[in-house]
Amino acid sequence: MSETTQSSTVQADGEPKARRRTWAFLTPLIIFGVLAGLLFWGLGQDPREVPSPLIGKPIPTFTLPSLDARELQVSDADLKGRVSLVNVWASWCASCRAEHGMLMALADEPDFQIVGLNWKDDRADALAVLMATGNPYDRVGYDPDNKVGLNFGVYGAPETFVIDREGVIRYKHIGPIDRRVWDETLQPLVAKLAAED
Amino acid sequence: MIPELGHFALILALCLALVQASFPLIGSLNGTRSWMTMARPLAYGQLVFIGIAFLCLVEAFLTSDFSVRYVAENSNSLLPDIYKVSAVWGAHEGSLLLWALFMAAWGAAVAAFSKGLPLAVVARVIAVQGMIAIGFLLFMLLTSNPFERLFPVPPEGRDLNPLLQDPGLAIHPPMLYMGYVGFSVAFAFAIAALIGGKLDSAWARWSRPWTTVAWIFLTIGIALGSWWAYYELGWGGWWFWDPVENASLMPWLVGTALIHSLAVTEKRAAFKSWTVLLAISAFSLSLLGTFLVRSGVLTSVHAFATDPTRGAFILVFLCVVIGGSLALYAWRAPAVSEGGHFHLLSRETALLANNLLFAAFTILVLFGTLAPLIYEALNLGKISVGFPYFNKMFLALAPFLALVMGIGAATRWKRDEPLRLLKLLWLAMAVSIAVLVIGLTTDIIGGGAWVAIGLALATWLLASHLVVLRDRLKHKGLGGLSADLRGHGRSFYGMWVAHIGVVLFIVGVTMVQSFQQEVDIRMSPGDVHEIAGYRFEFLGAEPKDGPNYRAQRGHFRVYDGDKQIAELYPEKRSYLGGGMPMTEAAIDAGLLRDIYVSLGEPVGGGDWALRLYYKPYVRWIWLAAILMAIGGGLAVSDPRYRTANRRQTAPVPSGQAATAGARA
Repeated sequence: MSETTQSSTVQADGEPKARRRTWAFLTPLIIFGVLAGLLFWGLGQDPREVPSPLIGKPIPTFTLPSLDARELQVSDADLKGRVSLVNVWASWCASCRAEHGMLMALADEPDFQIVGLNWKDDRADALAVLMATGNPYDRVGYDPDNKVGLNFGVYGAPETFVIDREGVIRYKHIGPIDRRVWDETLQPLVAKLAAED
Repeated sequence: MIPELGHFALILALCLALVQASFPLIGSLNGTRSWMTMARPLAYGQLVFIGIAFLCLVEAFLTSDFSVRYVAENSNSLLPDIYKVSAVWGAHEGSLLLWALFMAAWGAAVAAFSKGLPLAVVARVIAVQGMIAIGFLLFMLLTSNPFERLFPVPPEGRDLNPLLQDPGLAIHPPMLYMGYVGFSVAFAFAIAALIGGKLDSAWARWSRPWTTVAWIFLTIGIALGSWWAYYELGWGGWWFWDPVENASLMPWLVGTALIHSLAVTEKRAAFKSWTVLLAISAFSLSLLGTFLVRSGVLTSVHAFATDPTRGAFILVFLCVVIGGSLALYAWRAPAVSEGGHFHLLSRETALLANNLLFAAFTILVLFGTLAPLIYEALNLGKISVGFPYFNKMFLALAPFLALVMGIGAATRWKRDEPLRLLKLLWLAMAVSIAVLVIGLTTDIIGGGAWVAIGLALATWLLASHLVVLRDRLKHKGLGGLSADLRGHGRSFYGMWVAHIGVVLFIVGVTMVQSFQQEVDIRMSPGDVHEIAGYRFEFLGAEPKDGPNYRAQRGHFRVYDGDKQIAELYPEKRSYLGGGMPMTEAAIDAGLLRDIYVSLGEPVGGGDWALRLYYKPYVRWIWLAAILMAIGGGLAVSDPRYRTANRRQTAPVPSGQAATAGARA
């Protein structure tokens, strides 16, 4: 093998080539420039902020099969009359698993219901997750094809919508809910909505 | 008082960094020797002061000084001492301090182990490291001071994120940071070479051991992270393509390419400007990783601290460092001659293919990670790129990588004869094709086409490397092996061991993805369930209290036939500081299979929802990382680097230096 390499012949390159190559050497810088521009722009768009034009609007009408029992359905009517958290989740989504414990801790709160939107998922996988880690949801809609998710403006999991008694979307949280998010943002809002009229 | 001391030490370190970044560099440009000799003491001073600051923060954690905001937010008086120490880097501010500490440590190491290098090179390298240190120290002092006080002083701290209260995760970030920061040395060498306008074999040889050491740390760090996710998150996966994982994978991919490209630059003086670009990219991606984790541009499980002002600062810093170095590259690199011509069938070609594949993979991972952002910017709506995309990319590229690897290790530099290669490798080819055919047409192995392909590739790699080893030892005998290991052959065996690591990785991934079994099940105490030939007996769960958590502890007996092979105690913990229940999986680990039990939820009457897993060969994935790290260690310990350095004190033209290095 090669450790006994032959003598190397280092050849100086032709000089005129260098000029032509200048552009090639600028490419990394240009690519980075585009990337940096994108990141600067992205920084302005806080992904946890509310990008949804649906805030303040009534929820879109929908009917979905229930995840755990095929004959039952979940629809927009189920989101009226009570304050609801609509939690978009999927079995393939790691962050959803991270927030799952928090949802479990909230499952028994009397002020609101938690409605799951099982999104772009497989029924068996989703059920397995609920089976193994517990089911924090009062009901779960099954949306494998992103039909309802599209109307809600879902772009990733997890997302959580806060919906008041009249069925109006009041807030959207993107990313997992942890203790801090709950204590500082969602809990005050939910408490306020629950206390309304 | 002590926190103020720490804060003051950071400010002093910043002052030193300012001097370190300017005087030695200017001295190296106008030949002022006394300015250049300042570099080494400055690098040591940097380490001393950041070390003091770090110890001050550790002290604040150990004494539970909750008047320090960072301590109050990330510790708790009930926390075990070991986690009080690891809590120092449990969140943003402390991670930065750890990063700065490692930066200073690498700087001091360069100062200490560069006796054979020309003074001007040392001065420039340390100056470039000083520039990076300025950025991090400013960042810390302006936006994320770990020593900030809190008033009124809370009686109790908020506690460390329970996910992080684990031995694996206590050492995972330091390893990762050592790797990230370690690439700053290769980066600094590349920038110094660009400034000096001298990119030669000597430069490559100086960079090689540093790059490899950084790569070893990164390899171990990533493996630890994967191992942690496997046993701590409780659902048995070992890689999730999470943005934060990708952020550590990208520097590793480029770093791996860099290691191979540096070999070519050192031995054959080729690929010079490409190697420089890789050195810049490896560190740039490390910085980008930090930015992605810290800025909140992407949401992720791991993003435990996000703040847009910090993001803006890092991004500006990123632009200065990466933009500046790429501009320098565009300015200076075209003048570098591309030497060392080679033929199509040569080791250079194989390594070029390696580089292109690794670069392509990095770009695809980068694209996948940033895709949500790109789509939004182009107004294409929001998407999230998940598992399927990355897995497809990986499966599309990895087989080629394995094929090239087998050929590359057997090929000679500069030019090889197809016939010689064929004579050398025909047996390896035949065996692996046989495995492929058997796997595809019969049921002996089982599983689908991917199992056949995976195992055939692993066979090919193993067989080709065995052939290469035999070829090397043919004339030396086994005595040659020990002579090689004592002397200059170590880098060959380093390569060999690391590549065998890849064999283990392929086998591990193939087997675990194809043959793992899992079941979600409800069990009452006394119930028995069987998967993959193992019987699990559930004996019930009982409460058990830890220092800062309450837990339910399940008890299992696992039988293989009639023989009891393990007792497992999975736990479900609720930490007193926060409401998130955590799963502690119980694992009976084995070389050929893991048995893995994780506790779900109590479902009433002493019954539990449970998850049972059978994971064949999963350990091989982390064993692979260990072998790669050992291989890296062997390569670094090759005495070649030290003798070559000494030789380099006399001016040697680059071509001859390459020859000397190769012959040594």
